[in-house]
Amino acid sequence: MDKPSYVYVTYILATPEKVWEAITDAEVSARFWHRSNVSDWQVGSTWEHKFPGKPADLVGKVLEADPPSRLVMTWAGPAHVDNPDRVSVVAFDIKPMGEKTRLTMTHSKLTPQGLKDVSEAWPAVLSNMKTLLETGDVIPDPFGGIHG
Amino acid sequence: MADEMDRVFKALADASRRALLDDLFREPGQTLGALASRLDMTRQAVSQHLAVLEAANLVSTVKRGREKLHYLNPIPIHEAHGRWIAKFERPRLDALAELKQRLEGPQGDRDG
Repeated sequence: MDKPSYVYVTYILATPEKVWEAITDAEVSARFWHRSNVSDWQVGSTWEHKFPGKPADLVGKVLEADPPSRLVMTWAGPAHVDNPDRVSVVAFDIKPMGEKTRLTMTHSKLTPQGLKDVSEAWPAVLSNMKTLLETGDVIPDPFGGIHG
Repeated sequence: MADEMDRVFKALADASRRALLDDLFREPGQTLGALASRLDMTRQAVSQHLAVLEAANLVSTVKRGREKLHYLNPIPIHEAHGRWIAKFERPRLDALAELKQRLEGPQGDRDG
């Protein structure tokens, strides 16, 4: 296994099923991520990260899917999907911890530019997911307007 | 919730622990031994500090073979930021931070 570039952990007051749904449901993911994650989440299927009705911003393949515990997918810009040097791997591990759920996001095989982009984006995404699941609301515009 | 935030600020209220976080930012995925030699601290001291940082969720870990790799986990700091800073006066604070940085020059300890 490659040494991961980032290992981000957040504890969310919600069930593992709700956390799984937040990542994999097109409508729920759009609420905190401002893009929808779209796939049937079967191993070998493609997934897309996109605005409804627009071309995908990110695409990849589902490598592992064990709801609601573990989801692993490849991750690339649509132009780089066939270039192994530009395809990274994201794993979500979801584990109940008492009344909370521990979500661990591991991002591996990142390029230097990818490292920079991702280090800025993930904390906002994960914090916003936690806020949505715990309060039913989101922080307005966590990305400072880049998605408008 | 209060407990979590208490642990974060108590963990950050120590220069050695902040140095560990800085070094994990520079070089993610280090073992305890690597951190001890880079920071010139005893393994025991690093181990104790890492335990405090892990309990505050400021350090995350993965096991690779027999090694335990440590990572800076910025999520709790991001949550504190969102609670007190992001939701108001963000543009003005950004401008001030930029000004401060320009006046004081580069941080110096950023890239070693």
